[in-house]
Amino acid sequence: MKAPASLARRVLLQGRYETMTMLRNGEQLLIAVILPLMALVGLTITPLLDEFTDSRIDMAAPGVLALCAVSTGLTGQGIATGFDRRYGVLRFLSTTPLGQSGLILGKVIAVLSVLAIQVVVIGVAALLLGWSPEPGGILPAAVQLILGAGAFTSLGLLIAGTARPEATLAITNLLWVLLAAAGGLLFPAASWPDVYEPAAQLLPSSALGDALRSALMDAEFNLTASIVLLAWTVLAGLAAIRWFKWS
Amino acid sequence: MPNTEPCLDIQGLVKDLGPVAALDGKMVRVIDGVHLRAFPGQVTALLGANGAGKTTTLECAQGLTRPNGGTVRLLGQDPYEAGAGLRSRVGVMLQEGGLPQAIRPIPLLRHVAGMYRSPRDVDALIKRLGIDNFGNTPVRRLSGGQKQRVALAAALVGDPEVLFLDEPSAGLDPQSRAVVFDLIQELRTEGLGIILTTHLMDDAQRLADYVFIIDAGKTVAHGTVAELTKATDESSGVERLLTFDSRPGLDLAGLAGLSVHETVPGRYTVAGNLIPADLAALAKFWEEQDIMPTAIHMAPRSLEDVFLDISGKGLR
Repeated sequence: MKAPASLARRVLLQGRYETMTMLRNGEQLLIAVILPLMALVGLTITPLLDEFTDSRIDMAAPGVLALCAVSTGLTGQGIATGFDRRYGVLRFLSTTPLGQSGLILGKVIAVLSVLAIQVVVIGVAALLLGWSPEPGGILPAAVQLILGAGAFTSLGLLIAGTARPEATLAITNLLWVLLAAAGGLLFPAASWPDVYEPAAQLLPSSALGDALRSALMDAEFNLTASIVLLAWTVLAGLAAIRWFKWS
Repeated sequence: MPNTEPCLDIQGLVKDLGPVAALDGKMVRVIDGVHLRAFPGQVTALLGANGAGKTTTLECAQGLTRPNGGTVRLLGQDPYEAGAGLRSRVGVMLQEGGLPQAIRPIPLLRHVAGMYRSPRDVDALIKRLGIDNFGNTPVRRLSGGQKQRVALAAALVGDPEVLFLDEPSAGLDPQSRAVVFDLIQELRTEGLGIILTTHLMDDAQRLADYVFIIDAGKTVAHGTVAELTKATDESSGVERLLTFDSRPGLDLAGLAGLSVHETVPGRYTVAGNLIPADLAALAKFWEEQDIMPTAIHMAPRSLEDVFLDISGKGLR
């Protein structure tokens, strides 16, 4: 009698496959690891963060970790899923025992795996640069980072599932640059003009950056930022479910 | 038809697609009355022009989309509601292949095989389809025929009972075509129910045990190739077609006893239960008019003629 492999095996296989695909892709690796590393070093050796803090690396590291979630969830999954959709890969895999739910669970595993690798690479580099994170903030930071990855992955899938892959490529790369520069990821939204600051704090990027900075710099749980982040995760997830087109 | 349960049974299928911006956001009914039965051990072809609704019908049959009306039973189950159990018994080759572009064929096939408890022997499949020659070249660098072979292997790797092939010969070079067609025949002998779409007469005539002609979202005729190409129109008893090319605008009054039409300027079609006397009458007509046709062709009705009779539209 023919039978599918177990759900756990199917999902783990797909997760491993998607992780390897992301890690083997040169552009993905650039935006997931190399550019965040450059941002970390850049913010540490230049005086850009001096107006906010006495310890550049302690402020740079949480922001760069937030940037990693945008790299992997929004840009990485957005582009990969957009092209998979164009080439019918999503439809084909939907007809195998993996199915649509298995595909999505596989993507969750891939995002978490790549994020774990990024955290190790950025974490080790930051420690070498003198980072001393607040031990009490590590667990809340991990939870908020995963929540942020969920929000940005949902946004990436929403774009990939509604726009052409070329447009997805352009939009997600542009968003990555804009959010890194002016979205509150690397620099606190407090640094922006008063008219812009309240709006900026409603951005998922700003919420994630602020949440990680509060946790890892001051061992504080940033409730406002966490609520904003949770709202984005739920809304973007629902929107992706509603509007994502598989073909 | 064999006295077994159909592996695929579609009745009164209706499917709306859209909304279409060019039509003020209205939905378009692309399928309205497709019925189709396919049996194990047979190749069933859905034949129709581009845009007739073949691929949408397959998507409903594969559970990729939910029909707006009618019933679809795949191996006795509703494919849209069914889970991984049903999907493990069905193989699908999509029209554009559905292959990831960056991965190499052999790792891809091993990955897909992992989704099944008892997949086919991947190495044997790779060898059978000649994939070993390009098994470590990324999919995006393969030719159309090579991609088709990988897509076919991916559809077969789970050792399915039912195989869907959407335009299996699209983009195939003659060598790939021979490999693929041989394998389809072999799989039929093994007892698979094979459902394929095609807009190519040759494919249907060579491969299919049973043909459903789809036009404008409806099943308009069905039968074996032999049944379809026999007289379907009892009143005219059409069995053969003779065409000849000559100058346009001939006065056909001298051929009153024959059913002759100028289908395109300069091309004349004589249809009917042609007997030798009819050919003699034609030759006499040419002699009287002092015509030497530039081409003469006579053949039994083909599927294409059947299709033209039904839809009035040509197939490629």
